[in-house]
Amino acid sequence: MFTIDKYVVAESLEEAYELNKSKRNAIIGGMLWLRMGRKKIRTAIDLSALNLNKIDEDDESFKIGCMCTLRDLETHENLNKSFNNIFHKSLKHIVGVQMRNLATIGGSIYSRFGFSDILTALLSLDSYVELFKGGIIPLNEYVNMPLDNDILMKIIINKDGRKAACNSHRISATDFPVLTCAVANKENEWFVVVGARPMKAKLSTFNLNNNYEKDDIDNAVLKIIDNISFGTNIRGSKEYRQILADALIKRNIDEILNGGYYAD
Amino acid sequence: MQIKLWINDKEYVDDISPDTILLDFLRSKGCLSVKRGCETSNCGLCTVLLQGKPILSCSTLAVRANGLKVTTIEGIQDEASEFGGFLADEGAEQCGFCSPGFIMNVIAMKNELKNPTEDEIKNYLEGNLCRCTGYMGQLRAVKKYLEKYSDMKKGA
Repeated sequence: MFTIDKYVVAESLEEAYELNKSKRNAIIGGMLWLRMGRKKIRTAIDLSALNLNKIDEDDESFKIGCMCTLRDLETHENLNKSFNNIFHKSLKHIVGVQMRNLATIGGSIYSRFGFSDILTALLSLDSYVELFKGGIIPLNEYVNMPLDNDILMKIIINKDGRKAACNSHRISATDFPVLTCAVANKENEWFVVVGARPMKAKLSTFNLNNNYEKDDIDNAVLKIIDNISFGTNIRGSKEYRQILADALIKRNIDEILNGGYYAD
Repeated sequence: MQIKLWINDKEYVDDISPDTILLDFLRSKGCLSVKRGCETSNCGLCTVLLQGKPILSCSTLAVRANGLKVTTIEGIQDEASEFGGFLADEGAEQCGFCSPGFIMNVIAMKNELKNPTEDEIKNYLEGNLCRCTGYMGQLRAVKKYLEKYSDMKKGA
């Protein structure tokens, strides 16, 4: 059981940052993962009073505050309309509405969980994180940076006209995924993300000419799978995940190119 | 630390330890419908409404409810009994252990979604686990319950 000695609702990001320098202190997001551990927290830092629970939209981008819940993203009409509903699709399988009303996007992305559906979806888009001290960093870089004591303030997604699709495979509803996948396309450029390998999501890219053949897609997908490492855990073997990856990537490409629909 | 919150519209001011879990706080105030099922944020049994939204009280600090309104099944007896009648009519319950959390989430869904499809109903309620049944009775009960309110709206 985790314990908390003191609880501070931060009045500024500077205050939160100073408190978060100590390893014995911790920022509380949705607390869902934290409560499963045995951490003895000296000071719990709450960011709720810093106006970071809003999704702002302008002509160029969406800016999502770190304290927005996963449910906020799942049900945000414009965010979903702009990216082919991938937020709704990637989040709806996570445990239940009650859990998604608690889990925060900041907690999910800061932790860079291997099983993360939403990290997979965001990596397929032109996404960035805004850190209090570190500034704006592409999500694709952030995903491989070590966990530090900087504060993830916002997720930024540029509206660059990408079409996107995502899917996942689960052994049973609401379980952790065996594999997650998201694909996005902008002109000839394709962005393919495979997560829950069971390692964290990885972005790969390929190009297709205007006069592509089906073989070109098959070869590109084969090359991507060859270059991604897969592993074995309780939910599936490395070999099973490789086969799943082939199917999930191709279904997403098909959905983008032909509007195909696969029940999930 | 001191918190002030409203449980079923009644104000409570209390001095609590910062790591007090909302579920334990609610039970200490007599809301014994709120129970732990899995303790891993998965089963939905501990569902309560925080500012009208369904949340897992087993995974929420009581301090996070400071200044806010919490609703448990004790606070919505009439609505809960009515839906309980639909569950009974469909023979949907066996042991009934999961019912408080399930009923809270059904009521939250009724308030949030307009004319949900079967897929939307299943998606909204899939965080409430029942180990006795196959969910078919519950689904029939939910559909009939929502139909009643849909008919009433049409009539109005």
